[in-house]
Amino acid sequence: MAILSKDDANTILKKVLSFSKADECEVTLNGQNGGNIRTARNMVSTSGAVDNVALTVESRFGKRSGIATCNEFDDNTLRRTVQRAEEIARLAPESPEYMPLLGAQQYLAPNAFAQNTANITPDFRAKQAGASISLCDQKKLSSAAFLEDTTGFVAKRNSKGLEAYQQFTNLDFSVTVRTPDGTGSGYAIADFTDIGKFDAAKMTQIAAEKAAGSVGAKAIEPGKYTVILEPAASVELLGNMMQSFDARNADEGRSFLSKKGGGNRKGEKLFDPRVTIYSDPTHPEVPDLAFAGDGRPRQKVTWIEKGVVKNMYSSRFWAQKSGITDIPFPGAFIMEGGTQSTQDMIKSTQKGILVTRLWYIRSVDPQTLLYTGLTRDGTFYIENGKIKHPIKNFRFNESPIIMLNNIEALGRPQRLNGSLVPPMKIRDFTFTSLSDAV
Amino acid sequence: MKRRDFVGLTSLAAGALFLPSFPGFGGTLVDPSRLLEPVMDAAVNKRLADAAMNAAKSAGASYADVRIGRYLNQSIFTREKQVQNIASGESYGAGVRVLANGTWGFAATNTVTEAGLAKAAQLAVQIAKANSKVQKDPVKLAPQKGYGEVTWKTPIQQNSFEVPVAQKVDLLLAANAKALDNGANFVNSALFQVNEQKYFASTDGSYIDQDVHRIWPTFSVTAIDRASGKFRTREALSAPMGLGYEYLVPKAADKIAGPAGTGLIGYKNSYDIIEDATLAAKQAKEKITAKSVTPGKYDLVLDPNHLGLTIHESVGHPTELDRVLGYEANYAGTSFATLDWRKQGKPYGSKLVNIFADKTQLGSLGAVGYDDEGVKTKQWDIIKDGKLVDYQKTRDQAHIVGQNESDGCSYSQSWQDVQFQRMANISLKPGTQKLSVDDMIKGVDKGIYIAGRGSFSIDQQRYNSQFGGTVFYAIEKGKIAGMIEDVAYQTNTIEFWNSCAAICDESDYRLFGSFFDGKGQPSQVSAVSHGSAHTRFNGVNVINTARKVG
Repeated sequence: MAILSKDDANTILKKVLSFSKADECEVTLNGQNGGNIRTARNMVSTSGAVDNVALTVESRFGKRSGIATCNEFDDNTLRRTVQRAEEIARLAPESPEYMPLLGAQQYLAPNAFAQNTANITPDFRAKQAGASISLCDQKKLSSAAFLEDTTGFVAKRNSKGLEAYQQFTNLDFSVTVRTPDGTGSGYAIADFTDIGKFDAAKMTQIAAEKAAGSVGAKAIEPGKYTVILEPAASVELLGNMMQSFDARNADEGRSFLSKKGGGNRKGEKLFDPRVTIYSDPTHPEVPDLAFAGDGRPRQKVTWIEKGVVKNMYSSRFWAQKSGITDIPFPGAFIMEGGTQSTQDMIKSTQKGILVTRLWYIRSVDPQTLLYTGLTRDGTFYIENGKIKHPIKNFRFNESPIIMLNNIEALGRPQRLNGSLVPPMKIRDFTFTSLSDAV
Repeated sequence: MKRRDFVGLTSLAAGALFLPSFPGFGGTLVDPSRLLEPVMDAAVNKRLADAAMNAAKSAGASYADVRIGRYLNQSIFTREKQVQNIASGESYGAGVRVLANGTWGFAATNTVTEAGLAKAAQLAVQIAKANSKVQKDPVKLAPQKGYGEVTWKTPIQQNSFEVPVAQKVDLLLAANAKALDNGANFVNSALFQVNEQKYFASTDGSYIDQDVHRIWPTFSVTAIDRASGKFRTREALSAPMGLGYEYLVPKAADKIAGPAGTGLIGYKNSYDIIEDATLAAKQAKEKITAKSVTPGKYDLVLDPNHLGLTIHESVGHPTELDRVLGYEANYAGTSFATLDWRKQGKPYGSKLVNIFADKTQLGSLGAVGYDDEGVKTKQWDIIKDGKLVDYQKTRDQAHIVGQNESDGCSYSQSWQDVQFQRMANISLKPGTQKLSVDDMIKGVDKGIYIAGRGSFSIDQQRYNSQFGGTVFYAIEKGKIAGMIEDVAYQTNTIEFWNSCAAICDESDYRLFGSFFDGKGQPSQVSAVSHGSAHTRFNGVNVINTARKVG
């Protein structure tokens, strides 16, 4: 029963609301149906399936709130869950940041659901994993991969008249291919709303080429280099930066967006003028949920426009308190780019480094958004517009703020982790030490 | 649309945990009083498990194990003077794992009836048979005798769920108040509590009933200088522990004075959150004006609350046999410490370095009587006199290294996830000569003292790592010479452990822990401790992490 229709979901939600004795009540149904398959050493290692619907009830008495959940839907369980939420609410302390529940909202209508993804069977997963394994068996390479698909829905309704419903689908696939002697490693990753373009063998082929091409890596000195970051290398750094766009942290003085002396840096130009980052739940390539967890509508929002900070997200409480536009945290972000492919960018590079992936990225200093991590699964030296040879992996210490001020070129954006990210050519990217890891 | 993992659960970064919308960590949200209700009855569980095992065998399984679990948790979050969130969770169900045609199969159900478990067992056999078509080598299990009906319980003094929520909230708010009184601008605090009630049965003849408890109080204090725009945080120096609420009742005997001139206090089996929050506020303010480190080579003196994470990353993970063999290649990576590397007999560390794995140490997060495939737990050597001597293994891995016994390293985060190899407690043995941290520092001419965990990152084969810390002090000519900032050390695992020059004695030994250690796809968390005493490493490369932006 994991995927309930709008009508079926509403039948349950209305019934739950009818059991409520609280001042305010909000109920949410969240269902997921899907599965996964994992391979290693050219064999299936584990596989699993998920099929669950959960109901969350939030009851409020004045400024006190209680939450209870259940995953059974008979009348007795529903009644008990409502009672439990009400009991927890009565015992809870008053929240000084209380905001009344939202009333009816207007939502955009993103198309985040694809029937062919929802139709995935265990057989489909096994066939895709099998195709990935066969390719590596033939090439005498060793692969490890993970495929996970989800079909889901969210339905929400409250005592103030809010109603929201949306279905979505997603498939993630990643594969690491290594040479048998462990001296070469390659990687490919992608995610899809609609699996029409998904082909595990094709992605495994890319990873296999990178694995074979990275054998015999030479060590070059750490230092500042021009780099071409493929989207798998930059997506996490950019994602981390976007997570730091919280208005409250900025106003409180504990963010890179805090202003010396007080306030925040909205309206300031902090990045290269080619940097524009926005969110749009209706974008056809990265459709998203039209509403946030608390029911606020997700609209198209520009975070950075031509290098200038345009908006920050916040809680409803903070938006009201500080008198700013109330913008919820986005589900995904879109960074504008150009039309060049990664290959085009290599061709126009005199000397530089192609980075497939950055790994184990951790914050070093939240003040400057300095992060550390390492290159992995295919790092190559570029000379005179061509890949000259593979190089040993590096540790980097770099801030996305500095990175986005050192742009040489932006390529055609690609979908990754539900966001759109261009390959980027960046000058003076800081590598601080060598790694022996392959 | 991408399904988003809750990053805080799989990250060691405490900062990521301070989310006001944190929904509790798993299970159905319940009234706190529910956490004290008895639900699991061993006699009933035995009957249910037998039904599942019989169904598995009838369907063609050569082996089956059943885990019936009731996983309870409670989290409390506060900031400054207010409560942000209190969540109590319960998750109840059963997982059945089988071997059929030499291949693993697993299925789980929350219908905890004989029929429900039998159905899950049949499904697990179906999956095993389907996957066996692409299996190349059949699973070989190390022999395991049945233990009959046995029990084990974390020897806690007070179940933290018996302590009223209001009392726990008051303690966190009192710690926050102390931090604010002592100059903090902001403070977030949290308390995590876990109780795993686990019943395990296998066709080997074991029926194991266990009651496992864990607790983690923590906070993050922030000081801000508006004029300069600088801000700094100082995290708690507590450790997550395999203890009850007694961990939050401070005892003088559990406190160890830190180096003279730092004001730091080390905590063993109880923690004084009020005392630590007071010091944290003072140190957070001091960090803002502390001198920025000059990069270069330094002798490092590392406190156990810092070194535990370095042990975790540079010894714990690389000696997990599944990583060594390539099973984690697509996620966390592989390991430099391959079977061939071990055969070469190269030193992992200096002769002082003795590192042991252990699933029995009282108070540790990994302590259980039996693992999640019914193997009695033990202690064993991983590095002896600087040489790698063994790995961490489960039953289906022992034969790969020519052994016929599992180390008891199987764990699953819940009844609905399949168990797999997880890290045991991995700890550094204290020195055999009497040595205090002050005496250790006396011998250091140019060094840095580091306490607490900070930023951490290591490559996918565990060679190159970079670690920050919570607080840093310069050591000059044998003495602490004031707080410094912007410190991180970059090192190679082998070089680092070979630079180990001295280890304090047993009286200084204590545990660090990771409450949410992530591994696998889909990712599962586990909790693990790492014990050590203060340790000195010579000539380590220190970088300056300060940058100028915008």
